[in-house]
Amino acid sequence: MARVLVGVKRVIDYAVKIRVKPDKSGVVTEGVKHSMNPFDEIAVEEAVRMKEKKLATEVIAVSCGPTQAQETLRTALAMGVDKAIHVEVTGKDLDTLQPIHVSKILAKLAQDEKADLVIVGKQAIDDDCNQTAQMTAALLDWPQGTFASKIEKGDGILTIVREIDGGLETVKVKTPAVLSADLRLNEPRYATLPNIMKAKKKPLKKLTPKDLGVEIKAHQEVVSVEDPPVRQAGSIVPDVDTLAAKLKEGGFA
Amino acid sequence: MAAAVRLLLADPASQMLRLAKRFSSTTAKITTHYTVVPRDNDPRWKDVNMERFEDQADVVIVGGGPAGLSAAIRLKQLADTNGKEMRICVVEKASEMGGHTLSGACIETRALDELIPDWKDKGCPLTTPVKEDKFALLTESGRIPIPILPGMPMYNHGNYVVRLGHLVKWLGEQAEGMGIELYPGYAASEVLYHEDGSVKGIATNDVGIAKDGSPKEVFERGMELHAKCTIFAEGCHGHLTKQLANKFNLRDKAEPQSYGIGLKEVWEIDPAKHSPGRVEHTVGWPLDKNTYGGSFLYHLNEDTPLVAVGFVVALDYTNPYLSPFREFQRFKTHPSVRSTFEGGKRIAYGARALNEGGYQAIPKLTFPGGCLIGCTAGFLNVPKIKGTHTAMKSGMLAAESAYEIVADENTPTDKGLEPVKYEEALRNSYVFQELYSARNVRPSFHTKLGLYGGLMYTGLFYLIARGKEPWTLSHGGADHTKLKPAKDCKPIEYPKADGKISFDLLESVALTGTNHEGDQPAHLTLLNDDQPVNHNLAIYDGPEGRFCPAGVYEYVPLEEGDGMRLQINAQNCIHCKTCDIKDPGQNINWVVPEGGGGPAYNGM
Repeated sequence: MARVLVGVKRVIDYAVKIRVKPDKSGVVTEGVKHSMNPFDEIAVEEAVRMKEKKLATEVIAVSCGPTQAQETLRTALAMGVDKAIHVEVTGKDLDTLQPIHVSKILAKLAQDEKADLVIVGKQAIDDDCNQTAQMTAALLDWPQGTFASKIEKGDGILTIVREIDGGLETVKVKTPAVLSADLRLNEPRYATLPNIMKAKKKPLKKLTPKDLGVEIKAHQEVVSVEDPPVRQAGSIVPDVDTLAAKLKEGGFA
Repeated sequence: MAAAVRLLLADPASQMLRLAKRFSSTTAKITTHYTVVPRDNDPRWKDVNMERFEDQADVVIVGGGPAGLSAAIRLKQLADTNGKEMRICVVEKASEMGGHTLSGACIETRALDELIPDWKDKGCPLTTPVKEDKFALLTESGRIPIPILPGMPMYNHGNYVVRLGHLVKWLGEQAEGMGIELYPGYAASEVLYHEDGSVKGIATNDVGIAKDGSPKEVFERGMELHAKCTIFAEGCHGHLTKQLANKFNLRDKAEPQSYGIGLKEVWEIDPAKHSPGRVEHTVGWPLDKNTYGGSFLYHLNEDTPLVAVGFVVALDYTNPYLSPFREFQRFKTHPSVRSTFEGGKRIAYGARALNEGGYQAIPKLTFPGGCLIGCTAGFLNVPKIKGTHTAMKSGMLAAESAYEIVADENTPTDKGLEPVKYEEALRNSYVFQELYSARNVRPSFHTKLGLYGGLMYTGLFYLIARGKEPWTLSHGGADHTKLKPAKDCKPIEYPKADGKISFDLLESVALTGTNHEGDQPAHLTLLNDDQPVNHNLAIYDGPEGRFCPAGVYEYVPLEEGDGMRLQINAQNCIHCKTCDIKDPGQNINWVVPEGGGGPAYNGM
């Protein structure tokens, strides 16, 4: 029976208007509403459903980030996860944290916790990297089923339907494997209040990247963060000839 | 119109009448919420398990704002001092503490000093002491300064400008540190009663109901939190307080509450124009002399040069063409005001109703099983424009009275306990003294002299007699009765937004960060779906499209044929409660949406 490791990330809530910091080093996060990355909610839901269908024995949620990441983990616990691991990353390390580091952390934890399956959201809505699942699989040398919109468990094999540009692709992977959840995989349940209360009693372990032998080394430097350019007003042209002339003018034809 | 409100009560006869009306009405089918369309006989709910998980606390507090958290903290302080175990739970509809808090604000620290005397050492975010205090009367192009002297209500020496949402967040951290259970993201949607009619506690909102009112796959019942005493701290015009006031006749001896809508923005301005600690208030333009309201502009002392600017319009205005949002936007364009904002960047926007009824509108505060604290009861001191210290103090006094009865082991367990000493304690406190002495200032604006009459009255009587004059003026009826038919009023020509200092509504709403789960019944419920077109639009030209600061209400043409229909964009709602207050037919009943939804204010 499978033990499932689910990666969850605390991100700025999708409905909040992002603001670039005046010094252009990043976006304002202080005091801004955060919530669990929506694709990670879907990943947690899938893992919990596997447990309810008796396809998994234990679900463990992991989050890398500052103290507030524990709130995200509590939501996961309230959704039905059995235990949580908070890998604390703060200050300079937090600014440097990239999917490669998270993948190393998840890979190490997958081994330590003897996981049979690692599920994460396909991408985080703040950086849109879409890298963690793939890199984790590579580090573990496990097969990957990314953009999963359907997961079926067979004997030591998972049948994944993947959402790709051309439509849907079905692949079979041997477990242990790494999966990433896409939008249509499921509709996550609500974390109801009685479950939030119960979640307080579930175990939440705190670790640092160092405990796992991972160094948060900078591989890249963010030079500047800017607002996208303000959209210029369009203009209506009276006929096709004018349109063609304007396109030529603008160097588009 | 009060009858429409009474239909809310779960009385089978009137429910039947409502259902009959619903199925015989011709056109609109807008409202699907179960408070208006009950689920008992709805075939879609036939096989759904409606059992709720129950839990017991000693005290449950509805609302995690300044009042609610002060009550919680005071209760725990008393429990700790007396070595007693006490389970205190606070439910809060915002997903984070302070997420729905919006206020000017310039606060007196009187109550905070009593509650947590060492607030400064504990890192309380009160970093902007008031340094400069200005008051002016604006004309269309001019500004007449009015000196503020000690003794005047708006004299702010010793007070602090604060981002109230941050103070609430800090209070939440203090509360959690003391072992108080805080549950942000969970809204109290129903009051529960014992057999004898006393309040038993609350139930949190159900989740997973589709927009058409049917259960979704993820449907789950809310839970019941029972308490020996339930304290309601919902803020101005709370929806459960509305029900309690009806059920326990709390307003029998009080005047109807009177309100204003406060709109607010936070700006990052040119450092050269920034003066931390400066407090400015104006009255006059752009409002006419018969519409009460005014502006505030506070310079904060934070890492970046921030100012908080806002505008209040009293909701007893008469012209249905008035748009509080657009009055606010055009106020900023005044020649003496706009320079502050030139070269600056707007970073936040929001709005909330506030109570202006003062002393005359304070309802009975206690009932079997609980009590009302803070703005949901209404303790804002209008001439001072301060309600935070009185809200906090009311929470503390309620806590002291509640503690006594809850800690007493001899009290019965099958009925809710009423903290009767709370009301008397409040009457003997500075809260009532202040509100009593300020009671005639707001109503003094109701004469034909309007603003000028009010200023004169304040000048003469308030300063000299300090409210000791033997008469008490009346507000003259509820705000929603004051709206005049559109045909008797002139439309107002508002200037177009310039996109630099003034902005349009939808762009502003985006800044509130508001969002709700889209697939849920609209929480702006209509008791009668035909009334908007037949009454609001026909007589008042659809004022809700103008007084809503979030663009929730839109009259759009029907898909087929002539005529209009009301479209409710519930997802935009910022929980300000103005529609429930000002709707001329009192047809709009705001109920709480799924917890966690609503604005995402950061230090507003």
